[in-house]
Order: sequence, then C-alpha cells, then structure tokens
Amino acid sequence: MAERPEDLNLPNAVITRIIKEALPDGVNISKEARSAISRAASVFVLYATSCANNFAMKGKRKTLNASDVLSAMEEMEFQRFVAPLKEALEAYRREQKGKKEASEQKKKDRDKKTDSEEQDKSREDEDEDEERLDEEEQNEEEEVDN
Amino acid sequence: MADAAVGKDKCGDQRLVSLPLSRIRVIMKSSPEVSSINQEALVLTAKATELFVQYLATCSYRHGSGKAKKALTYSDLASAAEDSETLQFLADILPKKILASKYLKMLKEKREEEEEEDDDEESDIIGEVLA
Repeated sequence: MAERPEDLNLPNAVITRIIKEALPDGVNISKEARSAISRAASVFVLYATSCANNFAMKGKRKTLNASDVLSAMEEMEFQRFVAPLKEALEAYRREQKGKKEASEQKKKDRDKKTDSEEQDKSREDEDEDEERLDEEEQNEEEEVDN
Repeated sequence: MADAAVGKDKCGDQRLVSLPLSRIRVIMKSSPEVSSINQEALVLTAKATELFVQYLATCSYRHGSGKAKKALTYSDLASAAEDSETLQFLADILPKKILASKYLKMLKEKREEEEEEDDDEESDIIGEVLA
C-alpha cells in the first residue's frame, strides 16, 4: 500500500533513460517534460490496471492476469503494444522456465560434485599408500648398498 | 562465480523490463478495487508502461515545435495529450499552459457570458411573475 504520495512516482533515472533511448541522439529533454512524462506513466499504470480489473471482474476472477492486461491495451486503443507485449510475455515465460531448469541443473551438479569429491579422497589414500611403498623400496636399496 | 551469475541475471531483467516491478505493484495496488495481481500481469504492465513512455516521448517530439532545436518541452507533451485521441486520458494531468493575461481575459469573457445568461434568466422570471 502506498503510504506517501511519492510512492506512486516512478524512478526518474529509469524514465529518463527510456525517453533518451526512444528519441534521436542529442535531443534535450526539459526537466519539466521529464517529470510530466513520469507523472503520465503513473497515470497510465492506474488506467491500465483499472481497465484490466474490469476484464477480470467480467470473467469473475479476483486476480489480474496477463490476458486482462492485453485486453486492457486494446480497450485503451494501444493495440500497437499488444504484439510487443506478447513477445515480452513469451520471453518472460522462457526465462522462468530456464531459471527453473537451471536451479534443477545446479542441484544435480551439486549432487554429482559431492560424489566426485568422495572419489578424489579415496584416490588420495591410494597415492599415500604408493608413496609409502616407494620409501620402503628405497630403504631396501640402501640396505643392499651397505 | 557468484558475482558473474548475479550480473548475468541483472542484464536479463533489464532486457525484459527496466522499471522496478515493486513500484509498479504499489501503483497498481493503490487502486482500491484491485485485490491481487499475478506476476505475469505485473511484468506485462511494467513493459506496457515502458512502451507507453517511448510512445509518448516520440509522438510528442515528432509533432512538437522543438524538433528544429532538438528539444522536447512540456508544451509538446501538452499538445500531444490534447490532439491525440489515445492520449486524451492525459489531458487533465498535462494541461496546456497559457499566459496569465490570456487566462484573465478568458475569465472575463466567461463572466460576461454568464452575466448575460443571468440577465436572460432574470427577465424570464420577471416575465413569469408578470404573467
């Protein structure tokens, strides 16, 4: 829940970066224009949320989902956003799937690692045995010399 | 190793959305009728907001007056909000700026109009009383 009005503002640095990336290089954006765009972005979020919520209510759902947001864009006449948003959604789903698989892989790797560490340890024991044998052999040689 | 993994993660997030999801969620939740939002809806709203910022900036710049000076000003945004059908919802928060002298003149004209209307009403009442 927002406790202070500034909690409803979006970070200026990020907003400025997005504006700069959208405009040609070297365009000067006045401070007033920046804060106006930032305010407009917050209003956009509220407007989109309210539209999406209407779709959720129509579907008798309490939780807003991706399709509600996409329907809201159509309703708000931002059809142009629908295709890039669908792409972003797919990318997000792939990323989530990737993360899940990566954590499973990590777990597998960890299990494997503990196995191989145990193997290393037993090999070290063998090495020590060999060294001891070598020493004994040397001792024997010395005795012969005497 | 751990740092490298975190860095990679950050880049991945930036590619998808650069606005902070936590803040977007706070704004969405400030709407009283909203009960809960799933993660996909949150990510999509954040992404849509980014697209919107790009759209508002490019649209205002392209139709704005500061193009020759390579500048984006408040008045470019206000005109975009006024002219574009889709940006109409911004009209209230991006009002066009006018000079105080012009405003006072408008106010005076409005008052005169109202006075005329009042006069009309008064004469109607008088007319009724007389009838």
